[in-house]
Amino acid sequence: MTVKHIGLSSVSGSLVVLDNADGVSFEEMAEIHLDDGSRRTGRVVRIDGEHIVVQVFEGTRGLSLVNTGTVFKGRPMEIALSPEILSRVFDGVGRPADGLGEVYPVTRRDINGSPINPVSREYPRNFIETGISSVDALMTLIRGQKLPIFSGSGMKHNELAAQIVRNAKIADESGESFAIVFAAMGVNHDVADYFRNTFETSGVLERVVMFLNLSSDPIIERIITPRCALTAAEYLAFELDMHILVVMTDMTAYAEALREFSSSKNEIPGRKGFPGYLYSDLASLYERAGMIKGRKGSVTQIPILTMPNDDITHPVPDLTGYITEGQVVLDRVLDGMGVYPPVGVLPSLSRLMKDGVGEGFTRADHTSLANQLFACYAKVQDARSLASVIGEDELSPSDKRYIEFGKVFEGRFITQAPSERRNIEQTLDMGWEIIRMLPREDLDRVSDSILDVYYDKKAER
Amino acid sequence: MSNNVIYGINGPVITVKDTASFSMQEMVFVGNEKLIGEVIGITSEQTVIQVYEVTTGLRAGEPVISAGGPLSLTLGPGIISNIFDGIERPLKRIEKISGAFISRGSAVEALDADALWDVALTVKTGDKVSGGQIYAECPETPSITHRCIIPPNISGTVTKAKADGQYKIHDAVAEITDDKNTVHKLTLCQRWPIRRPRPFSKRLPGVIPLLTGQRMLDTMFPIAKGGAAAIPGGFGTGKTVTQHQLAKWCDADIIVYVGCGERGNEMTQVLDEFGELIDPKTGRKLTDRTVLIANTSNMPVAAREASIYTGITIAEYYRDMGYAVAMMADSTSRWAEALREISGRLEEMPAEEGFPAYLPSRLSEFYERAGIVEALCGKEGSVTVIGAVSPQGSDFSEPVTQNTKRFTRCFWALDKSLAYARHYPAINWINSYSEYDTDLAPYYEKNVAVDFMELKSELFAVLREENTLNEIVKLIGADILPDNQKLIIEISKTARLGFLQQDAYHKDDTYVPLIKQYKMMKNILHLYNRGKELIAKGVAITKLIESGLFETLAKMKYDVHNDNIDLLDGYILKVDEAVKSIIK
Repeated sequence: MTVKHIGLSSVSGSLVVLDNADGVSFEEMAEIHLDDGSRRTGRVVRIDGEHIVVQVFEGTRGLSLVNTGTVFKGRPMEIALSPEILSRVFDGVGRPADGLGEVYPVTRRDINGSPINPVSREYPRNFIETGISSVDALMTLIRGQKLPIFSGSGMKHNELAAQIVRNAKIADESGESFAIVFAAMGVNHDVADYFRNTFETSGVLERVVMFLNLSSDPIIERIITPRCALTAAEYLAFELDMHILVVMTDMTAYAEALREFSSSKNEIPGRKGFPGYLYSDLASLYERAGMIKGRKGSVTQIPILTMPNDDITHPVPDLTGYITEGQVVLDRVLDGMGVYPPVGVLPSLSRLMKDGVGEGFTRADHTSLANQLFACYAKVQDARSLASVIGEDELSPSDKRYIEFGKVFEGRFITQAPSERRNIEQTLDMGWEIIRMLPREDLDRVSDSILDVYYDKKAER
Repeated sequence: MSNNVIYGINGPVITVKDTASFSMQEMVFVGNEKLIGEVIGITSEQTVIQVYEVTTGLRAGEPVISAGGPLSLTLGPGIISNIFDGIERPLKRIEKISGAFISRGSAVEALDADALWDVALTVKTGDKVSGGQIYAECPETPSITHRCIIPPNISGTVTKAKADGQYKIHDAVAEITDDKNTVHKLTLCQRWPIRRPRPFSKRLPGVIPLLTGQRMLDTMFPIAKGGAAAIPGGFGTGKTVTQHQLAKWCDADIIVYVGCGERGNEMTQVLDEFGELIDPKTGRKLTDRTVLIANTSNMPVAAREASIYTGITIAEYYRDMGYAVAMMADSTSRWAEALREISGRLEEMPAEEGFPAYLPSRLSEFYERAGIVEALCGKEGSVTVIGAVSPQGSDFSEPVTQNTKRFTRCFWALDKSLAYARHYPAINWINSYSEYDTDLAPYYEKNVAVDFMELKSELFAVLREENTLNEIVKLIGADILPDNQKLIIEISKTARLGFLQQDAYHKDDTYVPLIKQYKMMKNILHLYNRGKELIAKGVAITKLIESGLFETLAKMKYDVHNDNIDLLDGYILKVDEAVKSIIK
């Protein structure tokens, strides 16, 4: 039996309040029928006795206190799932948007998911070769990791993400099935099209599930989009044993939608007006990456976020960095110099790298080499700032060497054509080749035994 | 039987209208699924309850039932080696019940009620006993003996004591009759409210360091057993690695590791790694002395607020048995944010950056629960608290860092630029401090070497001078400096690389005994002093640099293994000989 509640008692922003609706549960879905026959979807966000506050996804334009009837669906927001969702395109709240009709559900899942029990998690250790030297050598992506790309407007984060998607697919030699879940939040049509074309040209379109909430779509739906995508990803990974790569862009737009929603509820704002629970909210998305003991699949996340004004201390990148397992930071200066991918090496990091590289995973010298490259590149920055004061000519011979090293490192190691794919051997060998510009005694992060093998002997060859 | 029902729901906060039947901080069961909650506010109109689980699907009108007391923990054998969520629910058991994903309303007992423990009674009928005294003992893990202590509020005469043997935690093993002739049954476990500090006889001065095997901590910024320390640092600066290193190697008897609002994979890593690593002190697995409390960042926020108290209550319980306990809280900022989130839902007036005005008092209450004490049983026990702080935007002037600084006496400031250069631990030696330094000086002088503190202040002086010189170097380059200042730069480089930097993933460098730390420091300073002599004689510093001594000393941390520390003495001779040959 469905009860239709006629009328509303107030409308404000995206929220409507109903009075005298009994038995409504928290976060239950509601359908609002307008007198003109159209329907909108909403969700209960607050209960205060008989006042029920409902958030309307499509916005409240045209709603009045008398022209609506509301039906509560009796269950929280769910999404229909089946193996058929591969190759489908959905809107921001999981409704088919490709004109191919409804998904016949094998199962339905609450989009909020449940936290993975830390006891059941499998610690991620499998290296994913992205074919990009800077990422593979210095901030290695591990299967089951969440590694965001911190970027700024106008930088080549989409290209980088697309390159990772293209290459990582090939890296899966084991023959285990692989799929991509793509969630667009508040990005424009061009970006969505760019990704779709990339998927098409690399021949993975039939293995992609897309959830699109474009910049013209309702903002409130944006809060639902990543949750739909991750629910689909978890289903594919943990029920259908697939390795899933989730690309989510743009997390900043998501956080802004959350802020807008929060302020419409009159909540007390935290830093820069973002709600105090932004950390918990972002965590409820990012923590849905990982691997589970005894299951074959995995969820790896590459969220993309644009740092407003390239400010890494802005709440969105800041809180993201505290939750994710590292970050790939793009650098405006490198981008300006035409370096692609413009990976700012020093602030970038992969926390899971230490257990997923080295002997048995990539190569024994990987960790030491990476540390040495980081340390040397840090010295390059020192030398450069000194050069900017006293001029390059006045530098000591050692500092001059570092300036040279920095140029080659950026020009050959970091720089890479979007179509170029270097395997890990090539990447590491190139690292040694470049580091040989520096005298052996400067290499203080590498043990002598490794230096003997990689620094000296290869030079002789 | 009252019939209180849910009136309002807003995230993790629910309200009940028109009731007077609840008391503050009482534990309640909310809704048909019996979600655990706690009363956090009472007015004549409504009672406010925070719920420790996700409230999706709750309806107005569902019942709210009192659990008959404040939010409490079950304390007894079976805690060590276990992993709990923020309100002491065993995650391994929850996995068995609900699978890999945590479901709601999982009503599971904290400790295994069916496990049998080999109990030996330490009291007999007729004994006069009082609260805090030990009445039974049982081996809890191969390295920890669990001592059952009489709840602090009970005293009287033992009127019944069972024979030694195997018992379950709820079996009554003894009975005490107090002055009012009330009989108290003592089982192997007891309940204790998480927000009330456990009593002890008296506080003792902290004069013994908590040794960690980390040069940056033991030598440079030591913490006393029973002290409190803060590790603030932006993301990626190594808070968690430092906490893990402490949990692995510090010489406490028991480690309580609270993962508060952090990554799930980190807890898994601790679980995996600690199961394999061997405690250098006991030779047993590290899990045999470790308790984990995990409230990962996607677990309910109210339980995050409780997890810190759960951790410290467990720590105090083992302290009362006479153990040295170290508690790591990673990260207290998440706890403060949980406070802020709940406070926001209550529509309280915010103070700085949206944090509630009571943030400083909550922090000080928490850190005050650290301390070295004489327990009620007469034994000496301690709780050392090490809290990580995650400042927003790496800005140390934010309220959580600032207030934590006020209540801890040890401040290990992690530095982004050190971390970017992969200098780990990225503890900044200029901004960090330890107020325990003077208290602990006698220990170092007596147990390591009489000149320990002297050498240390010499090392600090060199590093401070280098810091000043670096300002000049940034402007004019190092080449123009006079030789004596170049020596400072060179020796500091050696000290940074060879001493301050420590490789957590190197088999010898991950844990360094105190005596090795001392000898390394001594060698570096010896080279410095001989270098000073040379320069005073007018020898160019380049000669000393060419001798390769600086690099040799920088690598001694790898070249001298922990089982052969005496080799370090040879370096003094090496330096002397090299210097001699330069003078010739």
